[in-house]
Amino acid sequence: MSLKASELSVGDTHAERLVEDLKRTQIVMYAGASGDYNPVHTDEVFTTEVAGYPSVFAHGMLTMGMTGKMLTNYVGDGRLTEYGVRFTNQVFPGDTLTATATVAAVTDGIVALEVSTVNQDGLEVLKGTAKARVD
Amino acid sequence: MAVEKFPVEASHIMMFARSIGDGNPIYYDDEYAKSTEPGGVIAPPTFAQASAQFDPNHGLRPKIDGDGWHGSGGAPSGAKPRGERKAGGGGGGGGGGGGLHAEQRFIYHRHMKPGDILSSTSKPGKTWEKQGRRSGKLVFSESVTEYRDSNGELVVTATSVGVRTERPVDQG
Repeated sequence: MSLKASELSVGDTHAERLVEDLKRTQIVMYAGASGDYNPVHTDEVFTTEVAGYPSVFAHGMLTMGMTGKMLTNYVGDGRLTEYGVRFTNQVFPGDTLTATATVAAVTDGIVALEVSTVNQDGLEVLKGTAKARVD
Repeated sequence: MAVEKFPVEASHIMMFARSIGDGNPIYYDDEYAKSTEPGGVIAPPTFAQASAQFDPNHGLRPKIDGDGWHGSGGAPSGAKPRGERKAGGGGGGGGGGGGLHAEQRFIYHRHMKPGDILSSTSKPGKTWEKQGRRSGKLVFSESVTEYRDSNGELVVTATSVGVRTERPVDQG
């Protein structure tokens, strides 16, 4: 379950559907597990009437966590050495997310990946990079 | 975030993996995990964030017997009527303009696993400003957190960038 440097080429991609029709319940689960109880993620009344957003929205770290699943499925368990992202747009309940890793370089037993997660409208919600050990 | 003692626990890893929709048995099944390269259960790559649970002063958690959490209760803001408030309310995050998470980076020196007793120290990094198209002036600030095990070995380095916006992010 790991990648071989000799079988990787720059431009190779791996994509996965992360979630379809994101539910508020999943956002609540993430709040509970992570300890980030900011009400803008779980409290529709507060978020629409006080914070001024159209709806609660996902933690950026939920999107990063879900995108991490695509990465570990691709590179193998325990192989990641670096993973960093920017949150470029908010993720709302009902969103369907797809994440893609693209090989940017393979050197000295390390694959460098570009990472992008988009919603159902093709809007990028997360952009980042990752590195992993390969055989 | 700086946390004096972050015990990495199997059930916490299981719940965290469920919350991100990751059904990989390496996050909950000891027997399966023995057959994998790591040789045991490990934590998902973003698990360091859950150390917030062990920060006694975490600003994004309502405090037991605390006052002033601004999620909705009787009123949408959660604020109590004047006169019922105790001194020193407050609470984390949210707000009209407010703090949002802009960037996050992790360096894995090794992966966290159940049984680790970690501690972390945080130091401020860079700060910078930008004029945002959809939310007014943006103020970014970086924080670098090092998670070490009980032998003092570095496990994960986490860099978080927060942004404060002048007003809520315009939609569309």
